[in-house]
This record gives sequence, C-alpha cells and structure tokens, in this order.
Amino acid sequence: MIRDITLGQYYPANSVLHRLDPRVKLVGTLIFLITLFLGNNIIMYAIATLFLAIVIKISKVPFKFMVKGLKAIVLLLMISVVFNLFLTPGDILVKIGILKITKQGLKIAIFMAVRLAYLIVGSSIMTLTTTPNDLTDGMEKGLSPLKYIKVPVHEISMMMSIALRFIPILIEETDKIMKAQIARGADFETGGMVKKIKAMVPLLVPLFISAFRRANDLAMAMEARCYTGGEGRTKMKPLKYEKRDHIAYLILLLYTGTMIGLKIVL
Amino acid sequence: MSIKVENVNYIYGIGSGFEKQALKDVNLTINDGEFIGLIGHTGSGKSTLTQHLNGLVKATSGAIYYNGQNIYDEKYNMRELRSKVGLVFQYPEHQLFEETVFKDVCFGPSNLGLSKDEIEERAYQALKNVGLDKTFYEQSPFELSGGQKRRVAIAGVLAMKPDVLILDEPTAGLDPRGRDEILDQIALLHKTEHITIILVSHSMEDVAKYVGRIIVMNRGEVLFDDIPKKVFKNYKKLEEVGLAAPQSTYIMNALKERGLDVDTDAMTVEEAATSIIKALKENGGAGDD
Amino acid sequence: MGIVKTAKLVYEYLKHDEEGNVEAVNRAIDGVDIDIEEGQFIAVLGHNGSGKSTFAKHINALIVPTEGTMWVDGLKTDEEQNTIKVRQTAGMVFQNPDNQIIGTIVEEDVGFGPENLGVPTQEIWERVNKSLESVHMTEYRHHSPNKLSGGQKQRVAIAGVIAMHPKCIVLDEPTAMLDPNGRKEVIKAVHELNKKEKITVILITHYMDEVIDADKVYVMDEGKVVMEGTPREIFSQVDKMKDLRLDVPQATEIAYELRKSGINIRADILSIDELVNEVCQLK
Repeated sequence: MIRDITLGQYYPANSVLHRLDPRVKLVGTLIFLITLFLGNNIIMYAIATLFLAIVIKISKVPFKFMVKGLKAIVLLLMISVVFNLFLTPGDILVKIGILKITKQGLKIAIFMAVRLAYLIVGSSIMTLTTTPNDLTDGMEKGLSPLKYIKVPVHEISMMMSIALRFIPILIEETDKIMKAQIARGADFETGGMVKKIKAMVPLLVPLFISAFRRANDLAMAMEARCYTGGEGRTKMKPLKYEKRDHIAYLILLLYTGTMIGLKIVL
Repeated sequence: MSIKVENVNYIYGIGSGFEKQALKDVNLTINDGEFIGLIGHTGSGKSTLTQHLNGLVKATSGAIYYNGQNIYDEKYNMRELRSKVGLVFQYPEHQLFEETVFKDVCFGPSNLGLSKDEIEERAYQALKNVGLDKTFYEQSPFELSGGQKRRVAIAGVLAMKPDVLILDEPTAGLDPRGRDEILDQIALLHKTEHITIILVSHSMEDVAKYVGRIIVMNRGEVLFDDIPKKVFKNYKKLEEVGLAAPQSTYIMNALKERGLDVDTDAMTVEEAATSIIKALKENGGAGDD
Repeated sequence: MGIVKTAKLVYEYLKHDEEGNVEAVNRAIDGVDIDIEEGQFIAVLGHNGSGKSTFAKHINALIVPTEGTMWVDGLKTDEEQNTIKVRQTAGMVFQNPDNQIIGTIVEEDVGFGPENLGVPTQEIWERVNKSLESVHMTEYRHHSPNKLSGGQKQRVAIAGVIAMHPKCIVLDEPTAMLDPNGRKEVIKAVHELNKKEKITVILITHYMDEVIDADKVYVMDEGKVVMEGTPREIFSQVDKMKDLRLDVPQATEIAYELRKSGINIRADILSIDELVNEVCQLK
C-alpha cells in the first residue's frame, strides 16, 4: 500500500502546469480545497469537477497515475461513505433490517466521497507537477515574512525537501529489510496486535539505524559542499512571476468568484 | 534434492505503465551439493531470480519445484521453504537488530518454533561456521567491523540450517583480504557442511576460483550455464553484455595468439603461471637464463 | 608547497564506554607527512580501517588535525575562517551515491554547491551546464537521481563538486558500492577531469585496477603511510601488498609467480599487454 501513495511524488513532463510558479500552484491548491468544502450543491461540484478535469488534462500526467493515489485512501473513503450513508437521519429511501439509507445520507455520502477523492487528486496534481525543490522554494518564499518573527523558514523548507528526496529511498529500504527478515523466518502478517507490534522490531531497528546513518552521511556531504544555512545563499532557480503566472492567478480569481457567487445565490 | 525452475517469467509493475520483464523464460536445475556462481550486471535479473528460489517473489508464470514439489501449490509450506533455501541479501549487516551478536543469530531459528536448547545450539554452530571468534558473541553487533558484521549476518541465515544457501554479493564493500576471507569461509562451508551454495556476484575473478558451475544472466535471460572454463571461452560474448572473463583468460588467449602453446582454460593466477612455465619450457627458451 | 600538504598529521578520537567515560584513545592518523603536487592523479590505498577515509576527510576540513598541520592550497585547514575556502578548493565525493545527492533533480543537485557559495544565478547555470557536460550527464539533467544507476549517481556527485570550481577533488571510495560497469564510468570520468581540466585528483580506493594509471600511490596502514611511489614501484612488491590486506592486478601476480619459479621476467608488470609482450620475448 505504501507504494501507492502518489502524494509527494514528482512526474516529469513538459506542461504549462509544470512551468507555473510554485506559489501559484500552492495558492491554487489551497483555493481548490476550500471551495471543495464550501460546495454543497451539484452545480458547484460540477464546476469543481470541470476545473479539476481541465487541470489534469493540461498537466500531461496520466490520469491512471493520479487515481493510483486514491488506492491508499480507499479504506478511509469507504468508512466515511458507510457512516454517512447509514447514520444520517432524514427521509428514508431503503430499509434493510435496522439499517436505513436516507435521501440526505445518500447526498452527504456522495459529497463526502467526492470531496475526499478530489482532495487527494487535487493535492497530488500539485506535487506531481512541482519538483519538491520548487515546492519548498515556493513555501520558503511564500512564508518568508515569518522570518521576522524568528521562524526558521529556510531550514524548514530544506528539511522538507530532503525528507521528500529520501522517502522513496527509505520505502525501498523498508522493502529490502522486510524481505531479509522474512528470509530469516520473520512473520509480519499473522498473530494478534501485540505479536504484530513485536514483529516490527526486526524491521524498525535496522530502518532507524539506516536512516540515522544516511542522515549523518548527508549532513557531511552538505557541509563538504559549503552549506552553512540560508544566509548568503543564491538561487539557481529564483522564483519570478511570469506572464503565465498572472494569467493563472486571474483564472483562479475567476474560479473563486464563480464558486462564492454560486454559494451565495444557491 | 534439487531446485527446478521451469519456464519462469516475472514481470513487475503490471498496470502501472512502467512494466518491465525482469525474468524471461528461465529454466534451471540446481542439484544437491553444487557450488554455483550466478553472474550478471545490475538489472540482469540475478537478484530477482534468487528471490524466486525461496518464494519471496512469486513468478508471473512458470513453476518452481523444490525436491519435486511445486512451491506455488496452495498447500505448500512457504515458511519451511524459506528455512531450507537460505537467502543472504546484499549488505546483510543492514538487517542486524538485536543487542548482542548471539541473540541476533538466534532470531532465525527462534522463528522456526524450536526449543531453546536447539536454537542456541544452532546459533553456536552457525557462528562457529562463519569463523567468528567467541569473544564477539556477547558484543553488540553494531560495534563490530564491516567484515565481522557480515559474518554475523550470514550466521543469522545459516542458523536456520538451510540445505541451499544463496549469497547476494557477499563481498560488496569489503577490502581484498576481507573478500578472500569471506569467500574462503563460504567454500569451507560448502565442503564441510555439504550445503549447496549459490554465489551471486559480478566479479568473474572472485567466482572462477571457487565455483563448479557458472550461470550468466543477461536482460532477464540465462545466457550461459556451464562449467567456468566453458563459460569463459565465450569471453567476447561476455564483453558484449558488459561482463568480462578473468584477466588470466585474456592473458592466455593473447599468448596463444602470439604462438605460445598455453592452456587457454587457465582461470586463476596459479593455473596461468603453471601453464606459462610449461609452455616456455617446451619452447626451450626459459629457465636457461 | 603542493596543493595538499601535511606535516606530522595526527588524528585521535576517544572511545567512550556505556557510561560515557573515556575508555580508550584511538589514533586513526599517526604522523602522516605528504606533499601532493597540483595537477597530479594520486591514489591512496589501504584496507578497511587503515585510516584512509579519515585522512580524506581532513583534506575537506570535515575533520581537523589533533596534532600537526594540514594545508590545502596553502591554507591551514584548522583555522575556522579558512573552512569554506578549503572546502571549495578541495571538493569531496563520498562512497554511498544515495547519501550525498541533496537535490531531487539532477541539475538542481549540481547547482547546490554554487548556491551555497553565493554564485549569481546566471553563472550557476553556466557552471551546471559545463559540469554536467564534463561528466557526460547532460542528457539526464532533468531526471530524478533515484532513477539513475550507481555509476550515474556518482558522476552527478562529481559534477556537483566540479561546479564549485575546485582545484582538487577527493574521492573517498567512490566505486566501492558500484558494479564493474559503474566503476569504469566513474574512473573514466575522473581521469578525464584530471587530464582536461587539470584538476588534482586524490582517489581513495581498494580496487587495484583503478590505481594503475595514477601518477603516485600512497599505501596506508594503521594510520601511517607505509608505502609510496609509482604504481609500478608499489605493485612490484606483491608480498608486502598482501601483508597489508591488499591485492595486486592479476597480470602482476602472474609475473610474480613466474619469477618465483625462476623465470627472469620484470617484477613491475601492470597490464595484460605488458605481461604478454614480456613473456613472448622469453620464448
């Protein structure tokens, strides 16, 4: 399951979306997520769907790839649907024993499922089209005012960027250690809770040791390349708004306006 | 007792858009007591193949028989297979986790549901078989040197008492002496404990000295499967696929081309030297000065 | 004074027991005196634990001497104001390809060093382009490092160092975790840098075949330099090398065996061709 998480992965392609300033994408994602939770009627969801569909289309990232990210939250999705479906009071549509499905329940369940799915797909688009470096650059720049209240913005974004780079490596490593321990007869699957937790020790101890070793190596490699923190650093890819970014902001504004308008009118 | 691999194909990433065939119609028989070198460069499928042999990875199609039983049968006891076909991964020291060397080696057998005495007996035996000094048994495995850690990790698999031991590049990262010591130890195990050994490597030099049979993998297929001398005869083909025969093979072939009657089958330094001396003597040139 | 020079270099570290008390003092480097000329290709050999890695870290000021002095391009490495300049002058490539790449895109990683040095944006790009070109990795510039082979990752790491415009590059067992093809790629790239860009190379390794073309070889054992000379001078001493847990190329070893059997052949043979030529003259 851990391999299915597309959140945080980058998909190299040459699209307008890839070239957009990461700040635009961050703001865009945020707006999209807010409108999702604002939405409570079909028309608003239709517009959100259309918006999402267009964005996916121009991102040039295969649709299959995005849906893969949903697999990881299928369980969460099911639980929320089931709860909403059966536990919302209102006009009864179907009744099976003590379980009853109401009209309101059906509506909320569908909306909830759509929301969650869109939330994941929406944020995946951002990470799939933005290199982690760009993303952290965007955050660093976007949050830079916080520097004045002593928030280590550069350090935080550097940490995030490194974490993102090492996630795939550590996932692979987990897989390898797990296989090595299974080859020694370890059993990660059967048994009760206590046994399962105990079974994780042979996996977690080597994993932590390896993570620390890597951290140590990396710190040394960074020092060797004259890293001394954010002070006095220049940027290979400084963030600069281009014409396309202004257009993107305009589209976002339009989208937000429409959604707010619909929310008020309907 | 044998392992039989029949028409095994393995494709990974099915449905992800990044499908790749890692094994292509592999057919092999591994007999009891053999010492095999499994060679190929990174991505040739050799590691994937070893993980099939103990059931860690399941073939997309084809079958694997261990002692005549199909390991993909529903009722087949996969855990027992894993104890019978021991797999030592690359950099096995990365799997160590216990407080002491001894406890770590006990981990394998304790998963087999044995009695405490039996577990400890096996751990002792395994540590002895990898040539680790008793003074280390109660030490933390993390305080040992690289070569010692690797011995502990190999003992961890040996303690399962496997009939077949697969080692994935057991000498990676070791210095020349460390490399020779580990390989000698493995050869000794093969001789005294009669364990079937499959040594995965990308060094022909390492393998030539020890094994009785070499399997060369290339792009997921078995390219050669023969005794070393016969495999090295194809040194030009080996080069085409990014591998090489031992230096001796090249030296002997070059000498032969220049008209010296040497044995081109010589693989090791000793064999090469002996053959050159003999050829020179027959020529009547050397030894006089 | 050469590009890298040491005088009576000593490095000690303390070993602590479980309570944190000092248990022992270990001497990793024990009185090393060397002087490396600019533009040379230097190899440092030694078994695991011989002190060669600790020595390498001194050149990059990642470690400073306990006693004695180390100069890089005339700068004392233990003076704090020199640290950055030293690291820029003598760049370092490490053993594990995964643990030294910081960027998530090849070209961004190569730009990391220049960014730290405060190089203007335009120039960073020029340096990145040139560095990637020099290790033949330009076509992979937009790739994720995770998708590269070991040899390619190491070449990216080398490019990352080159982009800082060093005079000297120290490689600490850069090929230990690579397969034979990866090893060849990396060694070829390093030789090219040495020849074309005149960058001093200090290669730390225990693969003998990587050392054959070096200008000079140092062999370390127990923190000391125990042998120094040209590859020919070093490898002709087969017994001594084996005592030091090291190896010699197979061609050299065969020549050595032949000599032992009374055949009059040169002891300092390094390559297959040399051996074949020499043997043929005997027939």
